[in-house]
Amino acid sequence: MENIGALAILLALCFSVYAVLAALLGKWKSKPLLALSAERAVYAIWLLLTCSAGLLIYAFMTDDFRIAYVASHSNRAMPTLYKFSAWWSGMEGSLLLWAWILSTYSAIVVYTNRRKFRDMMGYVIAILMVTQAFFTFLIAFPENPFQVLAVGKGVTDVPDGSGMEPLLQYWSMVIHPPMLYLGYVGFVVPFAFAISSLITRQPGEAWIHTTRKWTILTWGFQGCGILLGAGWAYAVLGWGGYWGWDPVENASLLPWITATAFLHSVMMQEKKGMMKVWNMVLISATFFLCIFGTFLTRSGIVGSVHAFAQSPIGKYFVGFLAVGIAGVVYLILDRLDYLKSEAQLESVVSRESSFLFNNLILLASCFAVLWGTIFPVISEAVTGEKISVDAPFYNRVNVPIGLFLLFLTGVGPLIAWRRSSFESLKRAFKWPTILGVALMIALFVTGIRHLYALMSFGLSLFVVTTIVMEFYKGASAISSKSGSNLLFSMVELTHRNTRRYGGYIVHLAIVIMFIGFTGAAFNQDATTDVKVGGTYHLGRYDLTLRDVLVGDNDNYIWQKAVIDISVGGSKLGTLEPEQRKYKVNSRPTSEVAIRRRLNEDLYLNLAAVNEEGSQRMATIQSYVFPLVSWIWIGFAALLFGTIVCLIPSKVKMQYARTEVVGYVRKDATVPK
Amino acid sequence: MNSKYFKFAGLITVIIGTLAWLAVGGIQDTQTYYKTVSELQTLSPEARTKRLKVAGDVAPGSIVRRGKEVEFVLTQENRTLRVVYNGSDPLPDTFRDRAQAVADGKLAHDGVFHASRIQAKCASKYEAKPGGKGGDGAPVYDGAAKKVS
Repeated sequence: MENIGALAILLALCFSVYAVLAALLGKWKSKPLLALSAERAVYAIWLLLTCSAGLLIYAFMTDDFRIAYVASHSNRAMPTLYKFSAWWSGMEGSLLLWAWILSTYSAIVVYTNRRKFRDMMGYVIAILMVTQAFFTFLIAFPENPFQVLAVGKGVTDVPDGSGMEPLLQYWSMVIHPPMLYLGYVGFVVPFAFAISSLITRQPGEAWIHTTRKWTILTWGFQGCGILLGAGWAYAVLGWGGYWGWDPVENASLLPWITATAFLHSVMMQEKKGMMKVWNMVLISATFFLCIFGTFLTRSGIVGSVHAFAQSPIGKYFVGFLAVGIAGVVYLILDRLDYLKSEAQLESVVSRESSFLFNNLILLASCFAVLWGTIFPVISEAVTGEKISVDAPFYNRVNVPIGLFLLFLTGVGPLIAWRRSSFESLKRAFKWPTILGVALMIALFVTGIRHLYALMSFGLSLFVVTTIVMEFYKGASAISSKSGSNLLFSMVELTHRNTRRYGGYIVHLAIVIMFIGFTGAAFNQDATTDVKVGGTYHLGRYDLTLRDVLVGDNDNYIWQKAVIDISVGGSKLGTLEPEQRKYKVNSRPTSEVAIRRRLNEDLYLNLAAVNEEGSQRMATIQSYVFPLVSWIWIGFAALLFGTIVCLIPSKVKMQYARTEVVGYVRKDATVPK
Repeated sequence: MNSKYFKFAGLITVIIGTLAWLAVGGIQDTQTYYKTVSELQTLSPEARTKRLKVAGDVAPGSIVRRGKEVEFVLTQENRTLRVVYNGSDPLPDTFRDRAQAVADGKLAHDGVFHASRIQAKCASKYEAKPGGKGGDGAPVYDGAAKKVS
């Protein structure tokens, strides 16, 4: 069975190489049948990889511990769900997932475009399949998931596998990696279309229209993946944070930032024919950052708490990136005339300019994060010393960037194209500014002195007001015409132009998340040794250790602190942070207890239990995290907004573009 | 026409300049030398007073908790380093015997390392090394079984 799985991967590799050649030759030599065979090969690859993925899952389900990958990532006692997700809990399997998702995307692309873009599909397929060949190569040779355990020449198995890391046995860890990968891999498609239209000098912006939904969907997946990871870190890892600027986290963030920039700047190209080179650069950067991210997490080049293994596959990634980047740079430089801008910037106070600055600072942020992430590698190369930078570095750069972005989120959508008059600015921004400033003053008066936090809250209200005004304006116009109520009109309004109003919802979601991030300015924590019956205080909470319980079950030994929480004498409830030690591998895990509320979370971690004489004592780490829940609420809103963007608009909005399609001499007669 | 470009150029310079300034400051303030336990022995006296990150393996059985403080020993290639941790963050679950850990802090004159932050990864945490050995998980299959393609 493992032979069939490995064979399927090998065949998929052969087919993907064939597909590249057939697609290109079919195009160059104008052989439609050859080109068609390339498309068929894409379907075949999907079938083959599906088959090998299926076999791997089957091996997990049947506890086939002859296969090394199964033996090291699963055991008999694991629940079925986790046996399934064990597929992507290690290097080989997750690369197989990468390859499989890519083959699925490729098959969908080929199918949906089977009658479209005949002149450039050859290149699209070739680009997709080069990437496919690369990843299939990795799982065919250096990281084959179907390697078996053997003693000498005889295949052997073990009675039980070593199981999946308990920390990973959590619901959001089941969907976090596939989500991220759906994101990572998805950017290959817009990239392939962009480069193909560059190669074939496609007129117009067809590639942008075709791949718009891909980009949004992919962007949504990736955002979802990132946030699921953050939620997992918060609830499971027990270090009391959701983001640590770890290299692996950064790796997932980088392409997401450039993709965000891309989603915005394509509007400039659609509407004004501007920033064409820039968009080409952005989508390429996104693609290469996705590959780079996979490389970073898979090669162990930068030390990370995520502890991915050192692996020999790094060099292949470096090669792939080097060749790819060189190729794209050459193509863009060679075809600069095709990417010539059709319009110019006219004013600093204009929609164009807000897009420009949005892109500028997103890229600056991306660059800063990238720089910090690879700083140890660079500093070691330059000075011979490995120097790393920490969270404060990232925060110092990214917090002002975030605030500026927040400001642009409010300004950008309302400001006019080309140039804005002072009058129109006043009309659009009078109330948002008044409300934002009023909130800042009010907060200042109540004693908040944190500058960034004040700005963040003020700007958040500013943006929210602009968005509410936009919805209200549109909806009340509809409701006065049709007589329906405001809420219905709002739905109708959104449905008429999902792209615009879905975008607003996403903006709103980002604002909500920013409110959550801002809460971090007011975090409180305390580490306390407390005896049973003792009380300590944190913020407005009085915490009483009622008891320390110890016990054990089949799976693990546990100890638990029972802590009563009260505020001003009235009891709010009980939290029970717990420590477990798994019997099978004596791995400890801490189960933090969180009291989640909209205004703040109370977060307790049991650090240690000591016996002092006959009395039990516990060391408790307690935290108050204000507003954290808003991040997860914003996450839900982000998903919703993204989905709205994907729903086709009721009214087909075509950007009005004046294009010279040809001209007739004045005295010429037009043939009838 | 020209003044428009001056405006753009001016704004862009201001933004990039501010961010670069913040970044440089951030790097200077947070940069930490990354050393392994054995490299630490060869460090110049001047460098020993700087903030350091020291990587090594947690010696089995060396983790001792004393209230808020946690003491343990990092080892690497027969060299050892005593570490005292008294930071406010909870220790990661991955911090346990034989785990690879990075202690972030300063070296005291008596040779004890005072850490304010601990990062840890278990050698075999998310990834078993080829051959299936390594890690504290007492791998169920032993070194005799090798992976073959």
